[in-house]
Amino acid sequence: MARSSGPTVVQVEGVSKRFVIRKEKSLKERVVNFGRSQRHKEDFWALRDVDLSIESGTTVGLIGPNGSGKSTLLKTIGGILQPTSGTVRTRGRMAALLELGAGFHPDLTGRENVYLNASILGLSTKQTDRYFDAIVDFSGIEQFIDTQVKFYSSGMYVRLAFAVAVHVDPDVLLVDEVLAVGDEPFQRKCMDRIRSFQHEGRTIVLVTHGLDQVADVCDRAVVLEHGRLVADGTPAEALRVLRSEFDQMRAEDIERDQERRARQEAEAAAGGAVATPAPAEERPKATISAVEVLDGGSPVGVVAPGRPLAVRVTVDATEPLTGDWILGFGFESGSGQGIYGTNSRLLGVPLPTVVGRAAFDFTIPALHLGEGSYTVHGAIAGPTGAEVHRLRDGAQLTVQADSREVGFVRLDVGLVPATA
Amino acid sequence: MSTSHDTRVARLAAEPLRVTGPQPGVASGFVAQVKDLWAHRELLDLLIRRELKARYKDSTLGFVWSLLRPLTLLLIYAIAIGQFLGAARQIPEFAIFIYAGLTIWNLFTETVTSGTASIVGNSGLIKKVYLPREVFPLAGLGSALFNFAVQLLLLVVATLIIGDPPTGERWLYFPATLAVTVVWGLAWALLLAAVNVYLRDVQYLVEVAVMVFFWVSPIVYSWGLVQPRLDGWLEDLYLANPMALAVMGFQKVFWVAGDGQPVPENLLTRLGIAFLVGVVFTFVAQRVFARLQGNFAQEL
Repeated sequence: MARSSGPTVVQVEGVSKRFVIRKEKSLKERVVNFGRSQRHKEDFWALRDVDLSIESGTTVGLIGPNGSGKSTLLKTIGGILQPTSGTVRTRGRMAALLELGAGFHPDLTGRENVYLNASILGLSTKQTDRYFDAIVDFSGIEQFIDTQVKFYSSGMYVRLAFAVAVHVDPDVLLVDEVLAVGDEPFQRKCMDRIRSFQHEGRTIVLVTHGLDQVADVCDRAVVLEHGRLVADGTPAEALRVLRSEFDQMRAEDIERDQERRARQEAEAAAGGAVATPAPAEERPKATISAVEVLDGGSPVGVVAPGRPLAVRVTVDATEPLTGDWILGFGFESGSGQGIYGTNSRLLGVPLPTVVGRAAFDFTIPALHLGEGSYTVHGAIAGPTGAEVHRLRDGAQLTVQADSREVGFVRLDVGLVPATA
Repeated sequence: MSTSHDTRVARLAAEPLRVTGPQPGVASGFVAQVKDLWAHRELLDLLIRRELKARYKDSTLGFVWSLLRPLTLLLIYAIAIGQFLGAARQIPEFAIFIYAGLTIWNLFTETVTSGTASIVGNSGLIKKVYLPREVFPLAGLGSALFNFAVQLLLLVVATLIIGDPPTGERWLYFPATLAVTVVWGLAWALLLAAVNVYLRDVQYLVEVAVMVFFWVSPIVYSWGLVQPRLDGWLEDLYLANPMALAVMGFQKVFWVAGDGQPVPENLLTRLGIAFLVGVVFTFVAQRVFARLQGNFAQEL
């Protein structure tokens, strides 16, 4: 997968993109609002000084929160949007799969649409002739190929569109979330095709919200935030940055929530008996201050499988934690994929009221994790299950074994001939 | 598989890096865009077919409708203006005269109106795929040319039936007229298609303008009827309308019975000048289009 010694196929230099959001469209509105037109305009920088260069043969994931400019960057690379400043240069044939069947015309038959859509994606009619049977075969809708597309079910529509898209022969493929469409067999078909594209040395630029997918198929990931490039590296690094970003956003959310609650309480107190109803989520103020992995009472970083361990989670409660609060912990793989988790509610263990600092041990009689590095997190949630705080990467744990098994679990498998 | 991988790498390394989208530069950008359009000629062909097929797809009469409309107009004008208002008394073979004018005029208006709506109408594609966006107004021109060819066939048949088919030198006017109409139609289509994205009023404005220009071109009345009322600069103004010249040029070809009727002097030269101005206008329109198209995807 990582044969990334090829020439640069996409070069983005100092690209910024500004959107001007105007609030009126018709001539009348413009004339009426002429003097005040500034008020009806809003500037919005979707991209800010982005530099990026992509070598041929790599698969790059563009990730980031909603509205971070991922799709805008993809469209800029594809030439669909022109940057406000900076340049985008590319080599080779490029195909953009921003929406399946973007060029389908409802009044034309499937056959006509195949030719039209293939041509839009850059195939000549002769090439389409050659691939036509393969396309129809792939789509699995032979008997409807001469029916107008408007009579297709949405599933048939997507299948035909995808069949056309994968038979185009691009050097650079831009994909935007289209993999999220369709049922599971269809998605698996997509992924298989992407793998074979990788194998053929094609470059793929992928926008997705499926972070596990990024860890799975990409060999490089780029994180965007508010139009700026904030991280660029291996998927594991990029995902770590993005996840901590998400945690921060969540922490801000929680803080805002708590502030609002405090304000409402203050107002209720000032207004006497007229108490405002409390917001739905009750979140006591508390944090996880430490997560440790203990072997026989002392912290460890490297362990052998099968050891009895304890995960000690230390809680700092600035407000008393009472009632049904929840304490949990979990393991993540090196790329940040969650692989195990549990909490006090799932275990059915009631927790005592905590004021100030307190520590709890989750005991593991024997560790069944497979070989590799893991991170451990701890988390607190309120009685409703709403998370209060999460300490990501609280501890590192490396499991060293004898390389008899691969994967996240260790089963201590043996092998014997079956007795008849 | 590694061979296909290696050959791909070698091929890509040999290619230069290209700026995405329309190329910069005034003259070089124009040339690059024309080359790009040439590379997409198959797509253009498919888009024209799509327009033609989709238009009358589910109607029983289908294509006949594209003929019925101008024929109805012909009938209305021939009876109302020719007979009731008496224009036919001063214009010999009034039906041929009107039909010739309508045929070339329809080519122009269809190019401009379908071109104006083409970018907004194809917004789904423009937002999702990069293509040289000029293909959409060009596809409008293509389907208009097809309809024109069908109407032209009818016109030729009609001249054969009345036993007065156009022959000889008069055909010289045909390419000149067609060239002027196509160039001016395309230029307006490009310009208005781009502006219409930002100001949707344009497509309604075009409808009104088309109506006005229909009556300031000698389609239902002859140049002989209007010339005496125009003095000096008004006559020059009237003849500055390239479509007025094109309509007269077209009548010169097919309206054989009108040979004795007055025409502006040096009509062929005037058509030549209109064509050259039209070429410059097309260039300017394409440049404006190229400038505005950078923001199409976000404005639609």
